[in-house]
Amino acid sequence: MNHLPLIIKREYLTKVKNKTFIIMTVLSPLILIALIAVVAYLSQLNNNKERTISILDESGLVKDIFKNTENTTYHVLQNMSLNDAKALVKENSNYGLLHISGIGNLDSISKNVKFYSEDSPSLTIISNLESKIEKKLTDIKLQHKGVDLKKIEESKTNISIEQESFSGEKTSKAGSIMKLAFGGMAGYLLFMFIIIYGNMIMRSVIEEKTSRIIEVIISSVKPIQLMLGKIIGTSLAGITQFVIWLILGGVLMIIVSAIFGIDLSQSPQQEMVQQAMNNQEAQAEIQLLFTEFVNMPISNLIIAFILFFIGGYLLYSSLYAAIGAAVDNETDTQQFLLPILMPLILAVYIGIFTVIEDPHGTVSTVFSFIPLTSPVVMLMRIPFGVPIWQQLVSLLLLFGTFMFTVWFAAKIYRVGILMYGKKPSYKELIKWIKY
Amino acid sequence: MNNLLEANSVSKKFGDFTALNNVSISVPRGSIFGLLGPNGAGKTTLIRIINQITMPDTGRVLLDGEQLKPIHIKDIGYLPEERGLYKSMKVGEQALYLAQLKGLNKAEAKQRLKYWFERLEIGDWWNKKIQELSKGMAQKIQFVVTVLHEPKLLIFDEPFSGFDPINANLIKDEILRLKNNGATVIFSTHRMESVEELCDHIALLHKSNKILDGNLQDIKRHYKTNTYEVGIKANNKKELSEVIASKFQVSETNFKSLEDDLKLNIILTENDTPNNLLNYLSTKGEVSHFVELIPTANDIFIQTVKNN
Repeated sequence: MNHLPLIIKREYLTKVKNKTFIIMTVLSPLILIALIAVVAYLSQLNNNKERTISILDESGLVKDIFKNTENTTYHVLQNMSLNDAKALVKENSNYGLLHISGIGNLDSISKNVKFYSEDSPSLTIISNLESKIEKKLTDIKLQHKGVDLKKIEESKTNISIEQESFSGEKTSKAGSIMKLAFGGMAGYLLFMFIIIYGNMIMRSVIEEKTSRIIEVIISSVKPIQLMLGKIIGTSLAGITQFVIWLILGGVLMIIVSAIFGIDLSQSPQQEMVQQAMNNQEAQAEIQLLFTEFVNMPISNLIIAFILFFIGGYLLYSSLYAAIGAAVDNETDTQQFLLPILMPLILAVYIGIFTVIEDPHGTVSTVFSFIPLTSPVVMLMRIPFGVPIWQQLVSLLLLFGTFMFTVWFAAKIYRVGILMYGKKPSYKELIKWIKY
Repeated sequence: MNNLLEANSVSKKFGDFTALNNVSISVPRGSIFGLLGPNGAGKTTLIRIINQITMPDTGRVLLDGEQLKPIHIKDIGYLPEERGLYKSMKVGEQALYLAQLKGLNKAEAKQRLKYWFERLEIGDWWNKKIQELSKGMAQKIQFVVTVLHEPKLLIFDEPFSGFDPINANLIKDEILRLKNNGATVIFSTHRMESVEELCDHIALLHKSNKILDGNLQDIKRHYKTNTYEVGIKANNKKELSEVIASKFQVSETNFKSLEDDLKLNIILTENDTPNNLLNYLSTKGEVSHFVELIPTANDIFIQTVKNN
C-alpha cells in the first residue's frame, strides 16, 4: 500500500493551516515592507534637511567656490573676527562655520582650515568641503608654478577596459556584478530554505515522538514513507509560503509607494546608474549589460537552479529528519545540528568570497563538486558559465550522496523514532544502522 | 488452521543485547491471548515484530498460515502502550487519516467512525482538537482507531491504562464483543486481574525467553496443590487444630470472614478426596468455609518468574 500521497497531504495541510504559519506568511512581508519604508523615509528626511554653512575666508582665496545646492546654503561672512563669527553662527543656529586663516603662504593656509560646529559634523559634508578646497588650492598652486590648467583639462583621459571572451562574448564589470547577484541570490535562497524548512521538518518529527503517535503510525506505514512524506509535504508548504511572500511583497511594495509617494526602489546605486545613463558612454554600457543579461545561460541557470535546489534541499532535509528522530526534544538537537550547519555556512562563505574573486579557481571548482557544499557554490558559479560536464558530475555526486543520506537517515529514523529517554551519542547512532 | 498467529523460534538482537531468544507462540483463532512478563522481558519487541515495525533476526511469523507481509497490516489493529495522537489536529480529521492509513477509503471510514462515535457516546467531539480532551477521552478515540478497520488480529498493550473504572469496563466489554464477533486478541498487561478475567491463553516471557505458555485453565490445573481453605466453628481452636493436624497436612491461615472460626489450609494427599475431607470436618464442628485454593494468574506469574 502506498500511503505517500496521503502523508504528504496531511503534512502539507497541517503546516498550512497552522496559525503560526499563517501569521508568519502574512506578517513577514508586511514587517519587511514597513521596515524598508521607514528606512527609506528616514534617509530621505535626513537628506532633505536644509542646512546653512557659514564661511569665514580670511585668505580670500576660496570664498567663490561654494555654490548653493538644494539642501545646503553657503553664507560667506566678511570683515569679522573669528570669535564674532563663531558667536553669530551659534546665534543663527547654522550647521557650522568653516574657517580659512589668511596668515602665511599657501602651504600654511592649507594646513589651517578648520570647521566649528555644535555637534560633530557629518562625514560626507566634511569630505565634500575638503575636496572643494583641495581642488581650488591645487589649481592655484599649479598656476603659481606656471602650468596651464586648460592643457591639463584637455589631456585628461578616461580608460574603461572592454572585456571580451575568446569566443567573442563581451562582458563588463557591471555584468560580473549582475552575475554575482544572480548566483548569490540563488545560493542564498537555497541556504535560507534549508535552514527554515529543514528545522520545520525536524520539529515535526520531534512532535510525533513527544505526542507518542509515532508507533501508531509506524504500524501502518513504513518509516521511510513517513519520512519522505514529511520532507515533501513540508517543502510544498515552504514553496507555498515563498510564493505568497513574493506576491504579497510585490503588491505591498506597489501600494506603499503609491500611498506615501516614496520610491522604494530608488536606492543610491540606482540613482548613480540613472545619472550615468545621461551620458552616451554609459548608455552603451547599459546596452552591453542588457545583452549580457540575455546572453547569460538563462535556460541552463533555471534548470540547474531547480535540480541543485531539489538535490541540496533533500540532502539536508533528510539529515534534519534523522536528527529529529534521534532526539526527544528540541534542546537536544544542538550537538547534531552543528555538523550540518558547518558545511552549509562554509558553502555560503566560499560562494561569497571565492567565487567573486575567481569563479573558476581551484577552491570554487572543488567545492562545487563536494556534495554538501556543491548546491550553493555551483549555483553561484553557473551564471559565469560552467561547462555542462562539470555540472553533470556535480549533480551526479549530489544525487548519489542524497541516496546515501536518505538511506542513512531512514535507518536512524526507523530506530530513533521508537527510542525514548536519553540522548544518543554518535557512537550509538552508528550502532543503530546495524539494527 | 487453528492458530491465527504463529511465531516460530523468533530471535532479535539489538547490538549485544538479546531482546528475544528463540521465542515461539501460537495464538488460537478467536481467543484472547495474554502476553505477560516483567518489564524488559521482550513483550514489546515481539509485538513490534508481529506489527512488522521491527524485523526478526531469525524465525518466522505466520498470520493465517502465511508469512507476514506488508499486506497484512490491514489485518492487524495495534494499540501500543506508548500511544498518543496529533495534539493540534481535530478528532474527526485525525481518525479519518489513521483509518485511511490502514487502507479504508474515506467514505467507508467516515461511516464506521460515525457508528463507533455514537456507540461510545463521543459523537460531539468530532470537531474538537485532541489537546482540548482529557487523557481518558483521547484513549477512547485511540481505541476506536485501533478497531475501526475490523482487523482479524487485535493487539492491545495495556489497554486500560488511563481509563476510570467505568470506561475501563466499557472497553473491556467492547473487547469481549469483538472477540465474540470473531476477532483474535493479543493482550499485554501487568494487571493480572484483567488477565484472569479475559484471557483464554497466556504466554509468559522473562529475560527474552518464553518460560510458560498454554491454556490458562490447564496451567492453573497444573499449578494447583490440592490445598483447601477451611473454616470451622470450634470452642477450643487449639485442640481442634491439633486433632486435624494428626490426620492431614495442615497450616494456619487467615482470611476475611464474619465468624471467629478456626482457619486452616489443608493439603490433601492423592488418596484423599475433597468429599472425604468435608465429611471428616463436618463431624468436628460446623463448617463455615470450604474453598479449593486455585492459584491466580498473579501467583503463577510471580512464582514462575522467581523460579527462573
